[in-house]
Amino acid sequence: MNEWTYEPAPESRDIVTLRSSYGLFVNGEFVDGTGGAFKTVNPATEEVLAEVTQAGTEDVERAVVAARHAFDEVWGPMPGKERAKYLYRIARLIQERSRELAVLETMDNGKPIRESRDVDVPLVAAHFFHYAGWADKLEWAGYGPAPRPLGVAGQIIPWNFPLLMAAWKLAPALAAGNTCVLKPAETTPLSALLLADILQQADLPPGVVNIVTGAGETGRALVAHPGVDKLAFTGSTEVGKEIMRAVAGRRVKLTLELGGKAANVIFDDAPIDQAVEGVVNGIFFNQGHVCCAGSRLLVQESVADAVTERLKRRLQSLRLGDPLDKNTDIGAINSAEQLAKITELAKSGAGEGAAQWQPECALPERGYWFPPTVFTGVSQSHRIAREEIFGPVLSVLTFRTPDEAVEKANNTPYGLSAGVWTDKGSRILWMAQRLRAGVVWANTFNRFDPASPFGGYKESGFGREGGRHGLEPYLAAAGAAEVTGG
Amino acid sequence: MAEQRIPPSGSEAIGRIPPSGSEAVGRIPVAKTYKLFIGGTFPRSESGRSYAATRRNGDFLANAAQASRKDVRDAVVAARKAQPGWAAATAYNRGQVLYRVAEMMELRRPQFVGEVAAADGLDIETAVHVVDETVDRWVWYAGWADKIAQVAGSSNPVAGPYFNFTVPEPTGVVAVIAPQDSSLLGLVSVIAPAIVSGNAVVVVAAQERPLAAITLAEALATSDVPGGVVNILTGVTAELAPVLAAHMDVNAIDLAGAPGEMVPALERSAADNVKRVVRPDGTDWAASPTPDRMLALVEAKTVWHPVGI
Repeated sequence: MNEWTYEPAPESRDIVTLRSSYGLFVNGEFVDGTGGAFKTVNPATEEVLAEVTQAGTEDVERAVVAARHAFDEVWGPMPGKERAKYLYRIARLIQERSRELAVLETMDNGKPIRESRDVDVPLVAAHFFHYAGWADKLEWAGYGPAPRPLGVAGQIIPWNFPLLMAAWKLAPALAAGNTCVLKPAETTPLSALLLADILQQADLPPGVVNIVTGAGETGRALVAHPGVDKLAFTGSTEVGKEIMRAVAGRRVKLTLELGGKAANVIFDDAPIDQAVEGVVNGIFFNQGHVCCAGSRLLVQESVADAVTERLKRRLQSLRLGDPLDKNTDIGAINSAEQLAKITELAKSGAGEGAAQWQPECALPERGYWFPPTVFTGVSQSHRIAREEIFGPVLSVLTFRTPDEAVEKANNTPYGLSAGVWTDKGSRILWMAQRLRAGVVWANTFNRFDPASPFGGYKESGFGREGGRHGLEPYLAAAGAAEVTGG
Repeated sequence: MAEQRIPPSGSEAIGRIPPSGSEAVGRIPVAKTYKLFIGGTFPRSESGRSYAATRRNGDFLANAAQASRKDVRDAVVAARKAQPGWAAATAYNRGQVLYRVAEMMELRRPQFVGEVAAADGLDIETAVHVVDETVDRWVWYAGWADKIAQVAGSSNPVAGPYFNFTVPEPTGVVAVIAPQDSSLLGLVSVIAPAIVSGNAVVVVAAQERPLAAITLAEALATSDVPGGVVNILTGVTAELAPVLAAHMDVNAIDLAGAPGEMVPALERSAADNVKRVVRPDGTDWAASPTPDRMLALVEAKTVWHPVGI
């Protein structure tokens, strides 16, 4: 086979102007915090990008007070059609500064520029644009004739899609008339802080959005704050349960978008090449740092060999390396901690008897990297088939009948997403009815749209983000039974 | 006329038609044994326990079975077994089955009136009104079976060649702590919204007013609701609710009748498997219901179906 080589094609980082240190974004301006500072690094190079403020309890207090004031005085009373125009403005500003956002996201997160540029940032703009239009139509959304905002929303987001998750949280909350205190993940705070700059350009009233950077302690302070009316969290199931316990007995509306262990089911009539592309996108998109990743491949036995053979061939052509390079398919693992977790779980796969396969793949010397990995001969009891790895590791299992496929796919405490590959439309819908998951992709995977509700069954959380359903977590219908989920 | 079958106030029996003529004087009524309702059958508690259900003034009415944690587990197993079949029934079919329950309840109005009057401390006229409301509410919910999907679902205009739609699906097995202050209307107001979408329930009846719940179970058993879709336990709420809140095969819990001081601990237990929690919110059971309770116990599933030739 001919060896194809590529010249480096790095995206310029000149478009990004990094400050050496960042404050907290409270009441419309960047302010100093009380909790010290921490460094955020580029996971592809281990280079320190900036110092970021660790928000302490007092800082969270200040942010909640600012949000409350903005809710009472400005954002709450403002007519929906005026709120809408702010959100449209934000969407446009994001489009205008999209390259800058994409480059910064890739630097702070490690994801390939191809993804941040073509997936994350366009979806961010689309999400604001979609919800902008809801702001003055809430009474037609199906949540009662006079839906009200809840008040101050505390929102805690993960590091895998830092800016996109910020958009998923902020856009519906603001459209519904709430004000926000957003806590980005500690390893990826920079794109949210650049978004703060955009919010200033949009002239969003002070206090409507406040951004408090920090780690778990900051998040706990936000969760514990009695001035918060609504909490939304995206992250691990473990932390989600911790938050549920923390709000037990309190009048806080809660939504959780948690982990997953999605099955991607390939039937023998599926277009195999297309399916293999989908499997690759399902688990190696964003280095597998995706809560809805298709981490369990279920292949019908009669095509299992053909699928794994083509999958391996395809993986040999994936390019791992500099995330800023436009030809890169697989970027860096977001942190040393995550790399250790992936490494440990992959080791357990081999230890428990599954066959590990990795393409020949030179890893850069600096930074955090893990090669694309496929385990075959995996049984349902193996840890790699049960636990969320959140990395580029695929477990391959087989099935014989559609019933067995359903049985295996649903054999997990999670229920975020699932994939089905078949040429038969009736089989797609038959499977879709039986898979216990909030999102079912047929002949595609990892596809997102602001109009498409997203969220989990079972231990993958409750509440939906996207579309009309995504408004419900941020609205109180008059006379509604109070529920934490739904 | 239905009203003629209702016992006059002061009847010593609960839910039994009183002696109507002189020839009946001296006849000893046949008293009912109240048991649990699990998997479509009426077992006693495996613990062998029972407790006295009384009128508001403390007078003895009957013994109710005092369910144990093992009864809770049996009920969850029965619910889990029944749920997929119930959810797979067509919405039209579920609607008809639930309407059939209302028919069975209508026939038992005299019995319900006696029990509600005794348990809730109501005069007969008020009890009649409450029972009528209860039957009508059941009919209201039954009609939702084939309408939830249209109200709570959507087709979503995504930017790509996909037909993208969202449908509500039942959450699964739902634990229900029935209201303590409304032995029948409150009970129906929490059972019906859970099962109409295809959930199966394990219900803890009002601790001190358990008898109407078991009569409701008799209506359910004589309708076409598959065994296990509704399971009703009588007993001590503080003993049974924690078992349900912590049960790993229960998907959601309605805390309508959970005592306030227990709620935080129950919610903490519910976190163990990320149960959906419906919090007690002081609902007025006499007021017209909203779809909220029903919608809190469904999951939105979104499907991306490819479009192409």
